[in-house]
Amino acid sequence: MTTLDRLPLWLDLSRSHGIVRRYFVVNGFDGALTMLGLVIAFYLSGTEDLDLVAGACIGAALALGISGSTSAYLSEAAERRRALSDLQDAMLSDLSGSLHSSASRAVPWLIALVNGAAPLALSLVIIAPVLLARSGVALPFPALPTAIVLGFVSIFGLGAFLGRVAGTAWWWSGVKAVVIGLLTAALILLINR
Amino acid sequence: MVHVTRLVLDVLKPHKPNALEFSCLIAEPGGYRVNVTVLEMDENTETLRVEISGEQIDFDAVQRAVSEAGASLHSIDEVDVQG
Repeated sequence: MTTLDRLPLWLDLSRSHGIVRRYFVVNGFDGALTMLGLVIAFYLSGTEDLDLVAGACIGAALALGISGSTSAYLSEAAERRRALSDLQDAMLSDLSGSLHSSASRAVPWLIALVNGAAPLALSLVIIAPVLLARSGVALPFPALPTAIVLGFVSIFGLGAFLGRVAGTAWWWSGVKAVVIGLLTAALILLINR
Repeated sequence: MVHVTRLVLDVLKPHKPNALEFSCLIAEPGGYRVNVTVLEMDENTETLRVEISGEQIDFDAVQRAVSEAGASLHSIDEVDVQG
């Protein structure tokens, strides 16, 4: 059995499907909203310096990615160790050679990867117009407004994903997420007046 | 050469893997026929009666599969062998 074959079994044994999904949405939302806030603030400041915008956004995206993966790894590794220890107590046996033991080692890495990659990937999608414009690609629309639109689209996508998970109307869940984005934008507008 | 053709084991396992996944893990190495009956269940564990049939059962492989599933073998309750 390869590692890839074992992955569903590990997730099942550690009951981690829901946790992985939750981390993806929670930290993905963090990343998308942070980038949206940054891009809106840069847009309101009237800056045309795309190097500055890209530098700040990439820095924030990397920090979110690293913070997400390390914090998730540390907390999940501790939780998995505890769960394995509880199971060993219940079984009155050493489970070090079992699938439970390999799951308790592998699952924290997977969760860390998801928790770090979700904000990083969404951030890169949102600032893609800035990065493209900065490297000389001609865009049909200005980079910052396009990035703002992509930010709202990403937030809608995450909301819609949650709607599908919950088995409710995906578009309504997406709209609710966008409303949160709009409230954030309104707050930034208020502060920057 | 004596071949083991049937074994009945008393096994304690955690709730996960479930009985279906557990029997597949036991059956996989030798292509055995496996019948699992859950005898008892508590908060964290299940006691099983595991019946394994095959032309030539590799008991060491069965034990490895049981351990890999996080289960422990309590006793060998019935054995059929063929000389």
